[in-house]
Amino acid sequence: MPQLETFYEVMRRQGITRRSFLKYCSLTAAALGLGPTYAPQIAHAMETKQRTPVLWLHGLECTCCSESFIRSAHPLVKDVVLSMISLDYDDTLMASAGHQAEAILEETIQKYKGEYILAVEGNPPLNEDGMFCIVGGKPFLDQLKHAAKDAKAVIAWGSCASWGCVQAARPNPTQAVPIHKVITDKPIIKVPGCPPIAEVMTGVITYMLTFGKLPELDRQGRPKMFYGQRIHDKCYRRPHFDAGQFVEEWDDEGARKGYCLYKVGCKGPTTYNACSTVRWNEGVSFPIQAGHGCIGCSEDGFWDKGSFYERLSNIPQFGIEKNADEIGTAVAGAVGTAIAAHAAVSAVKRATAKGDQE
Amino acid sequence: MSDELKQRKQTAVYVYEAPLRLWHWVTVFSIVTLCVTGYFIGSPLPSQPGEAIDNYLMGYIRFAHFTAGYILAIGFIGRIYWAFVGNSHARELFLPPFFSRKWWKEIGHELRWYLFLEKTPRKYIGHNPLAQLAMFFFFVLGNTFMILTGFALYGEGLGAGSWADQWFGWIIPMMGQSQDVHTWHHLGMWYLITFVMIHVYVAIREDIMSRQSLISTMVGGWRMFKDDRPD
Repeated sequence: MPQLETFYEVMRRQGITRRSFLKYCSLTAAALGLGPTYAPQIAHAMETKQRTPVLWLHGLECTCCSESFIRSAHPLVKDVVLSMISLDYDDTLMASAGHQAEAILEETIQKYKGEYILAVEGNPPLNEDGMFCIVGGKPFLDQLKHAAKDAKAVIAWGSCASWGCVQAARPNPTQAVPIHKVITDKPIIKVPGCPPIAEVMTGVITYMLTFGKLPELDRQGRPKMFYGQRIHDKCYRRPHFDAGQFVEEWDDEGARKGYCLYKVGCKGPTTYNACSTVRWNEGVSFPIQAGHGCIGCSEDGFWDKGSFYERLSNIPQFGIEKNADEIGTAVAGAVGTAIAAHAAVSAVKRATAKGDQE
Repeated sequence: MSDELKQRKQTAVYVYEAPLRLWHWVTVFSIVTLCVTGYFIGSPLPSQPGEAIDNYLMGYIRFAHFTAGYILAIGFIGRIYWAFVGNSHARELFLPPFFSRKWWKEIGHELRWYLFLEKTPRKYIGHNPLAQLAMFFFFVLGNTFMILTGFALYGEGLGAGSWADQWFGWIIPMMGQSQDVHTWHHLGMWYLITFVMIHVYVAIREDIMSRQSLISTMVGGWRMFKDDRPD
């Protein structure tokens, strides 16, 4: 394996002082929820470990994950993470194109067999043998399988790679599937969101490079440190929820006072993400703070749960889209009518039976 | 003359023991509370005026829901225990004799009775076969489903790694995501409401029209038979 620079060497080469480097290590330790004793450990890892080659593939997607990633708030984080990893292939960010680019992909796979991390943005469509997404003249499905074969670990960037997202929403004509349906023999870290938060993305990579292992994952394969709680659990409007104070309509008094957006469809109570703590755009704000409910973009199948502005999900199996209450009242109404009719017939029967007895 | 002398004779059997009756009414109370509070969790009441610090309506509603849920679940565990140690009628709910030909035939008889095709119903000390079948599918399975999904959702609030998350958290990815579990739990409420409607109607109707007592039995435990004729 050819010698690669260590992270520390890369940072020094970029003109980062040792002091800033140590600060970065402390900040990263804090961001990952680790104790202060971990800062020297991170520093040590950065000084001694070689850069990890990363292949970043793009399937059916909108590049919002990349856009988010390159806007990571702390400039140091962005610089460091982008130079820390040896981002050998990323067709939207790399200088080379065409055959050259594809050659690099092949070269990295051969050179670092079993050593590189595969980051996947977007997902493969399976219909028509994967013809709905062609990269370098071949179906993305083939490229993905090929690159995944010798990867050390796989990162699923965003809701596309993790769950399927909009291209997998009903009726899913291209049969787009999340990558875990195609890659079944490798550990996959899901970093869902549309897009995921930049600091979450860089945080996951930093963790993997620092400790040389995957972060602790929940049942669905998401890093617990960023997806362990719901938006609702840490929402600053939560006291209004507990108090029973809601925005009823978009222009009402409650909206102006910053009440809870539950009744206008906020999906915060069912969405696992770090938006209410890490926030967006250098920690400036997040959807709920801007006055709009969470749409649940980091949850599985969020496009298919009905309106973003209604609390109860639609249940499309019932033909016309209905929610649980509409179906329930219809059923209960029908049963109630049947009971009343049955009771009436019973009464008549009983009356006539009594008549017979006399 | 003879009409005046003919006495209505009622024979009685002790069917429902005290713990079972207590469980029944505790469950009634819990389900009513759970349905009302659950509905208002899904569709909250109008906004409360004043400062957030002076209000805790949603908190109280959710507290009532969770408490009633605990009571229902613990009661159900006690009820399962009672199926082992109680009398034979305590087992009827959980073990319908699916492989008994006679039982299915009697279900047919009950169905015809409800469709007004039979003149007289049969006598049963415990549940009639149709009631037993309905109890199993509507109540035992419905209630189990609500307890499982309910505690899975409760575990979300307690947080990752909590006991409810460890025991029931696996249900959430199985159904898709949190929102799906909410929807199923909500549909489950309507399933139980439908059960309650039918249950109450049938209990009243049978109390009047069948050959044995129903409602007083669940209060006092004794099943009275209104006639001496054989089944």
